[in-house]
Amino acid sequence: MRFQTRTSPHMVPGHSVGHLMRQVLYALIPGTLAMAWFFGWGVLVNVVLSVLFAVMFEALMVTLRRRPVGVTLGDSSAVLAGWLFALAIPPLTPVWVLLVGTGFAIVVAKHLYGGLGYNPFNPAMVGYVVVLVSFPRELSLWPSPQGLMEGPFTLWQTLQTTLTGRLPEGLDWDAITRASPLDMMRESLISGQTVHEITRSPVFGSFSQTEWEWAGNLFLLGGIWLMYRRVITWHIPMSMLLSLATIAGVFWVIDPDQFASPAFHVFSGAAIIGAFFIATDPVSAATTPLGRVLFGIGIGILVYVIRTWGGYPDGVAFAVLLMNMVAPTLDHYTRPRIFGHSGDGRG
Amino acid sequence: MITSGYADIIREGLWTNNPGLVQLLGLCPLLAISGTVINALGLGLATIATLLISNTLVSLLREHVRPEIRIPVYVLIIASAVTAIELVMNAWFHGLFLVLGIFIPLIVTNCAIIGRAEAFASRNSVPRAALDGLAMGVGFTGVLVTIGALREIVGQGSLLDNAQLLFGEWGRDLRIEIFPQEHGFLLALLPPGAFLAMGLLIAVKNLIDARLEARPIAAPAAAPETAPTQS
Repeated sequence: MRFQTRTSPHMVPGHSVGHLMRQVLYALIPGTLAMAWFFGWGVLVNVVLSVLFAVMFEALMVTLRRRPVGVTLGDSSAVLAGWLFALAIPPLTPVWVLLVGTGFAIVVAKHLYGGLGYNPFNPAMVGYVVVLVSFPRELSLWPSPQGLMEGPFTLWQTLQTTLTGRLPEGLDWDAITRASPLDMMRESLISGQTVHEITRSPVFGSFSQTEWEWAGNLFLLGGIWLMYRRVITWHIPMSMLLSLATIAGVFWVIDPDQFASPAFHVFSGAAIIGAFFIATDPVSAATTPLGRVLFGIGIGILVYVIRTWGGYPDGVAFAVLLMNMVAPTLDHYTRPRIFGHSGDGRG
Repeated sequence: MITSGYADIIREGLWTNNPGLVQLLGLCPLLAISGTVINALGLGLATIATLLISNTLVSLLREHVRPEIRIPVYVLIIASAVTAIELVMNAWFHGLFLVLGIFIPLIVTNCAIIGRAEAFASRNSVPRAALDGLAMGVGFTGVLVTIGALREIVGQGSLLDNAQLLFGEWGRDLRIEIFPQEHGFLLALLPPGAFLAMGLLIAVKNLIDARLEARPIAAPAAAPETAPTQS
């Protein structure tokens, strides 16, 4: 047996950027499949197209910046950004919305700031917010599982709708789309119904709409696997979900007719995928343990505030971006004590 | 700068020391009013007039104002000029006056104007100060109108919308529609669009400057290495 003699390091750590990113991608698979099961082929079409566009933009920017293309594409960060963007937008969204969103995510939010590791904001969420504020009409139509059952949507029809922006013959948007639970809660509360009346509607499951609950469960599973693999720590997801549940609980106890239950908030919209996959972005999130807890608490509170009193039904993207802005300050004031130095952390 | 010639003054205002792209002064109106070309042009013209008047008056009075009270005097001069311009716009361009609203009186607080009064007009003769005001104003307006055009095209697919506010009734025919408004990229009309357009414009200017700078260096590089580079 030959013993190789090499210089240190002798034990190569298993973690590289690409390795971490790919684990996050694996963890996204169950939730994505669940969403595809409930919302049709559109979810998968979105994911494939967005990932394709994101990688294309990444290759373009890396070439323009004269960096090695293979190394940068090999870290899979563009794939992850495209994938997360695709999960945020509704299926059957026209293809140019995907193009604009991924373009902003990769070109403006990532590479104009210096590429991976330098972006102050989460690229996928920047792309999503850009298309959300720019094309509110296209982004408010979520296909309903029931509607899709009435008019079965084949993969081919889904592709056609996505590429042309027009529905196949005999279908119209009103028939196949439905308000998401957060939309429904918001609109019905404005029109004077109570939470109890809204949740009695047959589309609601135990906490929220059944399909959102199941997608949430499977994203939760992926997130727990990520924590088990130590790709992410518990600080951000737990503090975000707990603070969201706590503030929702306080208002729910005060007036259960006007404010939805904590479980509804946790299992609706992007709360779970946001907590485990979006807020934990290692580049744009806070990095110290205490900083991460505060970061998560801030997101949870902002999500609740935007959902309840803001202008948009869901607030995860806005909350994450707002807290991204605060993350450097949080890191500055929560630096852990350096071993051998006094408590102020300076030395 | 004090001994610079007229050509230098013009180049400073339009390009090398442009208030919008280099000094980054007066960003508030630059970002708030650049939604359409006509709004941008209206505010730009008002700013040119203010700069011209304030620079001329400050230069005229520069021998008589004690340095201790010079800033209040400049502010008074600028405020009077802006008030006069506001009244003129209210009388003859009432529609535009209503659209621009608070941003006309806010010209008083445009740092580019008091900056030019303090840095240039108070140390130079009247013709040079007036030319500087004009060049700075035109440079500022150029940036304003460029951002306005970018945002208007991308945001609502038109150019020179509402031109009747500035040019009278025949201005209605100036409107160019590039694509229907409902396909517009709404972000361009919102405040973030102004920041993005501004940032891209500064990047383009820096790129052009870098190219211009690289050119004289690139030429001797092609020559034999022994030749001393004297540029």
